[in-house]
Amino acid sequence: MGALVLSQGGTFDPPGVDSFFLPPIFGGVTKPIVLVVLSAVIVGAYFFFATRNLKVVPGRAQFAAEYIYDFSRNTIARDQIGAKDFQRFIPLIFGLFTFILVNNIFGIVPLIQFPTMAKIGFPVALFIMVYVVIHTVGFRRHGFLGYFKHVMFPPGVPKPVYILLAPIEFLQKFLFQPVALAIRVFAAMFAGHLILLVFTLGGQYLLLEASALFKPVSIISFAFAIILTFAEALIQVLQAYIFAVLSANFIGAALAQEH
Amino acid sequence: MKTHVVLAAEGEHNPILPEPAEIIVGFVAFALLLFVLHRYAVPRFEKLYKERSDRIEGGIARAEEAQAEAQRTLEQYKAQLAEARAEAARIRDDARAEGQQILDEMRSQAQTESDRIISQGQAQLAAQKAQVIAELRADLGRQAVDLASKVVGESLENEERTQRTVDRFLDELESTSAPSTSTSS
Repeated sequence: MGALVLSQGGTFDPPGVDSFFLPPIFGGVTKPIVLVVLSAVIVGAYFFFATRNLKVVPGRAQFAAEYIYDFSRNTIARDQIGAKDFQRFIPLIFGLFTFILVNNIFGIVPLIQFPTMAKIGFPVALFIMVYVVIHTVGFRRHGFLGYFKHVMFPPGVPKPVYILLAPIEFLQKFLFQPVALAIRVFAAMFAGHLILLVFTLGGQYLLLEASALFKPVSIISFAFAIILTFAEALIQVLQAYIFAVLSANFIGAALAQEH
Repeated sequence: MKTHVVLAAEGEHNPILPEPAEIIVGFVAFALLLFVLHRYAVPRFEKLYKERSDRIEGGIARAEEAQAEAQRTLEQYKAQLAEARAEAARIRDDARAEGQQILDEMRSQAQTESDRIISQGQAQLAAQKAQVIAELRADLGRQAVDLASKVVGESLENEERTQRTVDRFLDELESTSAPSTSTSS
């Protein structure tokens, strides 16, 4: 290993899966669990207190809260679900977007620096909720058999093609799309965090352990860590947006009268 | 290959197998967050939106109302103006007609007055003439009788005869003088 050649002492353990399995803080409570609760408290408290005294003409603080709400409500929920039905899904979409956003942003907040969605348990929790909502509204709108027909037999296709299309559509709607929803945000956060770890820990190793000749290289490593932190910030916001948009899109598709 | 070995060595951790504790905590935390948003944040925002759109719609409605009011006032004003114009024209026509009427009245009045004056003059003249004639007749009769009595020497004591004589005389006189008076006058 190159690291062994470079080092004066100590070996470089590259960050891996184990970096995501931190020892419990106390009892069975781990850092991600603390963070996920903290994120719910932050979002809940923020919107609880920010909306206590809303003015028709918003102030600076109200404008910020309103902007986020407006974005979730109009840009995500209304555009994807349609103006007729979107009203009752606003809390879900709004909650998904803000909750995932805060949890993702945790990945680059100093001292916290752990994107909770990199632990697949949390995306799965959200996935279960969204999954139940999508198919519940679908069954309620179209009836039990009607919903299967709605999912598996999209109109405008030559009849023989349904032999292939119907199972594909079924798997697509009931398995692949929702599972991909959960895996997408998990994988993005997992990979992003790993990359940041590699550059940060690598830089640290180069600075502390490498021979004098290689110590300056750590600057490059840290610079990359910083640049990638900005990239991560973008990805974290984007992933929260994508999760909310796709959830809204699936709800809209389940509710749609025709494809 | 090394990483595979490392992964295998750390095999008890699999990143794509969810931990039940995380699912449960994540689910409960998110459910509670949803409750807060559903119960407090979203209704408040929606109330604000409604209030805001109401206010905008109210403003538009008020503006429309003001415009309608202005239109109404303008129409009223125009109607009043037309009415006033008609009124003025009517008064002018009335005045003209009245003037004409007064003029006609005056004219006819003057006519009747002049007619009256003329007829009055004529009547007066006729009366004076009759009076003069009567006076002259009486005078003439008396003088004739006097003259005749002087000539005859006999008093015409008999009133009846006297009267008859005078009348006859006068009738004669009249019948002779009538053509001369008509020509002379």
